[in-house]
Amino acid sequence: MAFITANWNPLGDAFYRKTELYEMFWSLRDGLRDSLIAAAPYGGPIALLREPLRRSPSTRPQLEIYSASGVSITSFPWKSGPVVYLGWSVNDELLCVQEDGTVLIYDLFGSFKRHFSMGQEVVQSQVLEAKVFHSPYGTGVAIVTGSSRFTLATNIEDLKLRRLPEVPGLQGRPSCWAVLTQDRQTKVLVSSGPELYVLDNTSCTAVYPPGLSPQAGSIVHMSVSFSYKYLALFTETGRLWTGLSNLQERLSEVDTKQAATPRQMVWCRRPRSQQPSVVLMWDRLLLVVGSCNDTIQFPLEDQSVLVGELDGVRIISSSSQELLQEVPLVCQDIFKIASMAPGALLLEAHREYEKSSQKADEYLREIKEQNVLGDAVRQCVEAAAHEYDPDTQKALMRAASFGKCFLTEFSPDQFVTTCRELRVLNAVRESSVGMPLTHTQYPALMTLQVLIDRLVYRQFYPLAIEVCRYLKIPDYQGVSRVLKHWASCKVQQKDLTDEAIARAVCAKVGDSPGVSYSDIAAKAYECGRPELAIKLLDFEARSGQQVPLLLKMKRSQLALSKAVESGDTDLVYTVVTYLKNEMNRGDFFMTLRNQPVALSLYRQFCKLQEPQTLKDLYNQDDDHQELGNFYVTSSYRDKRLEGRLAQLQSAVDEYNKAKNDFAAKATEEEMRLLRFQRKLDDEKGAGLLGLSLQATMEALMSLGLHKQAEQLYRDFRVPDKRYWWLKLKSLAEKEQWEELEKFSKSKKSPIGYLAFVEVCMKNNNRHEAKKYVSKVTPEQKVKAHLAVGDLEGAADAAIERKNEAEMGAVLSRCSASDRLLMDKLNRARVTAAKK
Amino acid sequence: MAAHLSYGRVNLNILREAARKELREFLDKCAGSKAIVWDEYLTGPFGLIAQYSLLKEHEVEKMFTLKSGRLPSADVKNIIFFVRPRLELMDIIAQNIFSEDKLHPARDFHILFVPRRSMLCEQRLKEQGVLGSFVNIDEYILDLIPFDGDLLSMEYESAFRECYLENDQTSLYHTAKGLMTLQALYGTIPQIFGKGDCARHVANMMLRMKREFAGTQNQILPVFDTLLLLDRNVDLLTPLATQLTYEGLIDEIYGINNGYVRLPPEKFAQKKQGEGSKDLPTEPKKLQLNSAEELYAEIRDKNFNAVGAALSKKAKIISAAFEERHNAKTVGEIKQFVSQLPHMQAARSSLANHTSVAELIKDITTSEAFFDNLTVEQEFMTGVDTDKVNTYIEDCIAQKDPLIKILRLVSMQSVCNNGLKPKVLDYYKREILQTYGYEHILTLNNLEKAGLLKPQAGSRNNYPTIRKTLKLWMEDANEQNPNDISYVYSGYAPLSIRLTQVLARPGWRSIEEVLKMLPGPHFEERQQLPSGLHKKRQQGENRTTLVFFLGGVTYAEIAALRFLSQMEDSGMEYIIATTKLINGTTWVKSLMDRPESQIP
Repeated sequence: MAFITANWNPLGDAFYRKTELYEMFWSLRDGLRDSLIAAAPYGGPIALLREPLRRSPSTRPQLEIYSASGVSITSFPWKSGPVVYLGWSVNDELLCVQEDGTVLIYDLFGSFKRHFSMGQEVVQSQVLEAKVFHSPYGTGVAIVTGSSRFTLATNIEDLKLRRLPEVPGLQGRPSCWAVLTQDRQTKVLVSSGPELYVLDNTSCTAVYPPGLSPQAGSIVHMSVSFSYKYLALFTETGRLWTGLSNLQERLSEVDTKQAATPRQMVWCRRPRSQQPSVVLMWDRLLLVVGSCNDTIQFPLEDQSVLVGELDGVRIISSSSQELLQEVPLVCQDIFKIASMAPGALLLEAHREYEKSSQKADEYLREIKEQNVLGDAVRQCVEAAAHEYDPDTQKALMRAASFGKCFLTEFSPDQFVTTCRELRVLNAVRESSVGMPLTHTQYPALMTLQVLIDRLVYRQFYPLAIEVCRYLKIPDYQGVSRVLKHWASCKVQQKDLTDEAIARAVCAKVGDSPGVSYSDIAAKAYECGRPELAIKLLDFEARSGQQVPLLLKMKRSQLALSKAVESGDTDLVYTVVTYLKNEMNRGDFFMTLRNQPVALSLYRQFCKLQEPQTLKDLYNQDDDHQELGNFYVTSSYRDKRLEGRLAQLQSAVDEYNKAKNDFAAKATEEEMRLLRFQRKLDDEKGAGLLGLSLQATMEALMSLGLHKQAEQLYRDFRVPDKRYWWLKLKSLAEKEQWEELEKFSKSKKSPIGYLAFVEVCMKNNNRHEAKKYVSKVTPEQKVKAHLAVGDLEGAADAAIERKNEAEMGAVLSRCSASDRLLMDKLNRARVTAAKK
Repeated sequence: MAAHLSYGRVNLNILREAARKELREFLDKCAGSKAIVWDEYLTGPFGLIAQYSLLKEHEVEKMFTLKSGRLPSADVKNIIFFVRPRLELMDIIAQNIFSEDKLHPARDFHILFVPRRSMLCEQRLKEQGVLGSFVNIDEYILDLIPFDGDLLSMEYESAFRECYLENDQTSLYHTAKGLMTLQALYGTIPQIFGKGDCARHVANMMLRMKREFAGTQNQILPVFDTLLLLDRNVDLLTPLATQLTYEGLIDEIYGINNGYVRLPPEKFAQKKQGEGSKDLPTEPKKLQLNSAEELYAEIRDKNFNAVGAALSKKAKIISAAFEERHNAKTVGEIKQFVSQLPHMQAARSSLANHTSVAELIKDITTSEAFFDNLTVEQEFMTGVDTDKVNTYIEDCIAQKDPLIKILRLVSMQSVCNNGLKPKVLDYYKREILQTYGYEHILTLNNLEKAGLLKPQAGSRNNYPTIRKTLKLWMEDANEQNPNDISYVYSGYAPLSIRLTQVLARPGWRSIEEVLKMLPGPHFEERQQLPSGLHKKRQQGENRTTLVFFLGGVTYAEIAALRFLSQMEDSGMEYIIATTKLINGTTWVKSLMDRPESQIP
């Protein structure tokens, strides 16, 4: 513990430290010499292309991809054209920029994904240099061609090539250049001879770094900081100018006393940096230059590569990897020799406590006296987060935990989250995983989602699931997502049978919420495994989700039954419409026949949209009843009577076939009626067509065509009752009282005679009404008398029948003037009641 | 505006608020001034969710009815179509868009499908070449609309017809979806009972959907203990009978639509003091009917014969309350009296309204025609002479009474007799065709398909057994102080509600035999609750059952369920949901087909 400051180097008033991250797993025969190397920030993967420009077809260069700890991920011979530059996209995709301007994109595992070109003209002029850069828009590519022109693509996902204006006087390779993003614009800063230019979309502007000594000479190397905010320029005389990248302000100018152009130059800063610096690398020397003119020199034994990070610089050599960074202030406070910061005291207190020494109490007392125990705990926790070595982390966390015991009302949140985060970080830093993320990089720029995605992308599924479970991420966003990726990857395993994969997927995924089997199946289908896709679809709970893929796979029958199963009729319709267009009519109908639900829905559709098809459907099913109905419906659509009759005849035929005698007969009658109506319309202009039989008779009667009415009555076997009612009403309405009387005597009325009384009264003829009262049956006598307003008659009838209720009914109609009658009735009632 | 929705055991206002929120969100998606083009059918149900004021707050400036031709001009940025997913409506929309004035500044078009978007419709719009004209195509999931504190309806008019005539189960899919929404808001319903094919289908879909949504499990303490799904075709009889509750009669006679009734205006003349009220209003009087009105809540479910007494009692209370003012002496007392005045005045005008309504209804219920009709209905229900041609029906046909009345009666006879003798059935059919026209052959065919009319097959008539076992006919129905649900039909206890009642106590096992006689399977399902959500019932706490009528429910049935909820020893509260609020007339009407003759 005491040696923690052993690797600290002072720079101005700050300290820089170099921490070893890994001993590299790889064993590179030729070190990093003669290779194109790309290492992605945030502990991303490393790509290595040996002798990229070797053109002999017999010995192809080898492209190798490693994790940050040097574990080989893949390696394959490079078969395409000569590569100028390698870079990683934000999604961990490898971009290989070829001499002819083609950019090939590979995934982490070396499988080719796609390619694009940086422009036609590049094929001729060739790419001299290229850079891959990251901006808020995504990953971009910039190239400079043999004709000294720059071309930019700011986002490879949404490719738009921009050819930048010419740089005056520039011929061949520029001495150095860099990509800047400023004001949401991407620009190129280029040094050409003694001049420095900024290139944007439309113009090329000469710029002058403020305060750069006139004798400094031309600029031979430049570097932009991680955030694009700062710029470092190295001149041919060995001077290092640093300032803002908008060239508005100088920070410092230092004479490095190095004549050679550095091989690499990278900014080394951290958020809230006290002493930002630029790291320059020559073959045997690493120089850290602070803005305070101070420098630190490290000898280099091996050829190395610098990787700029948000909070430091990673130095990768063929044997090891180190992180060079400014020591965070809180760590300085705690570990600086003889520090009296609260955190330092607490750490000391805890150390004494573990030794069971009473000094622990003294230290603690001292902190408490200053009332800074809370700060002390916070410092320890914060410092632990910044330490890379688990033992140091533990010591600090233990101290924090120890300090916490003496605090009341101290929120444990920071402590708990830091513990969790450190556990996750330590797990991914494991050299077998190889993601050397710092605590600063982790939450700030890389959300938990991204971290899990990266683990998943590298196929560390068990670890990803562990992390999700440990951090209690809801299954939906956590475990399920991992499983989904896993399954999508699993279905691509060519060495396993469909059956085995389906079983494995089902066993693992089970019914984890949010994992869509149809997505997995779609992936399987994409990989040319339709059988597997179908097996997987079977696990999908949402039948609705199965349908689109099944249609795509041309399993239309299955799609249809799944749609039916889902109960979503709209989905069924969709499949049916699809099938209708895909299949020939016969097959289509056959398919529907096996799916009654779909068939009836299609019928509904046809009823509204395609009546003819509807007929065909019924025909196919020999559904004669429905065919009959169909003809009836369409008969009404016919504009001519002949047409309508023809349709009705078809209906009769169908009803007969359906053995529906009633309907057949009724339809025949309707045809007869229509013909009759047409005849009379023609002869007498009666306007009967389309009326019901009853209405026809009514119309005929009111036209005085009683004979014809009677003919209908007989022909159509109209029940006597109805006919009598009709005639009765019709005659009464026309006040043909004599006719009515004659009619009443034609035979015994099937509707009785009360009807006559009531109808006459309704037509305001009491005189006629009375004629029929006597004919009314005894049961209705009272009612009949009452109807004509003959109270006495009613009373007599009621008394005669000794019917109490009827007497009551008469009584209720009596008014005060009918005193006598009322007495009579009341008396009769009493007698009736006695019995 | 909708406080009455939250009075009940289950706060249905949550559902309404959820629906309103979604509506607001959609409206805000279309920035700027807007005009809504309405599928006319939707305006009623929407009125229950949001008044015009809400739309206005979200910059809806104009409203039109969807019709073919050119859209009315309106200086708005957005035109939003609110439509049901129906192909014929898509064609109209396409026409609207095509005839849009090209000179005008372009307006943004949006379409909101209610209750669900449909690929079929979108396909149609695409074929018509207008799909691209829409900025937003969205769906407004409005399945269950709260009508009252204990009543939800989908107002899906053709549900019964689609299910039983056309084998189209779209409405059932919506039902299942609606129930899922309900469960998302009110918790998983642990127990599901059902009777009938449609009920089975809905339950299956619900269970499937639950599996599909596994993981998005809501953690809400279940409000409902039980769901009972009932097919309308299990009980075809009840809707055919004339409802005899106050609300039922209003619906039978005047028709209640989306909680409103239009009444003949004569009885509602404003009687202002001093002025002679000579000019009678000519516009129909529109009344809103729901439990927000205290008096209405009190009398709606009473047998109509008990309404008069209730009204006069209320009249006495109100006038007594107004008399109070004479007793008010101190300023404080007067102040208190005045503060109650608005409430009292509202009560008085409510009383006046319902007295008028009751008078209107009384004119009809005391008529001979009404009495005769009821007598025949009751004869059928008690099984008197159901197997021969009924003279009353014959006479009604001869008198050309409304066809629907005839269809109701004949169907009722058929149902109560487990089908009619072929000769009797044919006789009725022939009478109907001859009198009302041949075209009704299609309607008759539909009624046969739906089982309302059927020729008696060999099997024996089991209606009497059902009637006896379930006590469907109660001789001594007490209309004034009911002790049994049979009061809602003055003697007939609705079969559907008896099934519900028996389910609660003693359970369906006691009536297995009868259940087997009724169509469709009966079943019970359980839905697993996440642990920790099992309700701990307090002593004496009532259980809550959601009764869902697939294919419609009548107001009398609702009244009967409310009666059961209020019975002290029932231990059960009922919330009612349905595809559509129906009565015999609207129901039979939905089953009719009327081809229009094209011969000029």
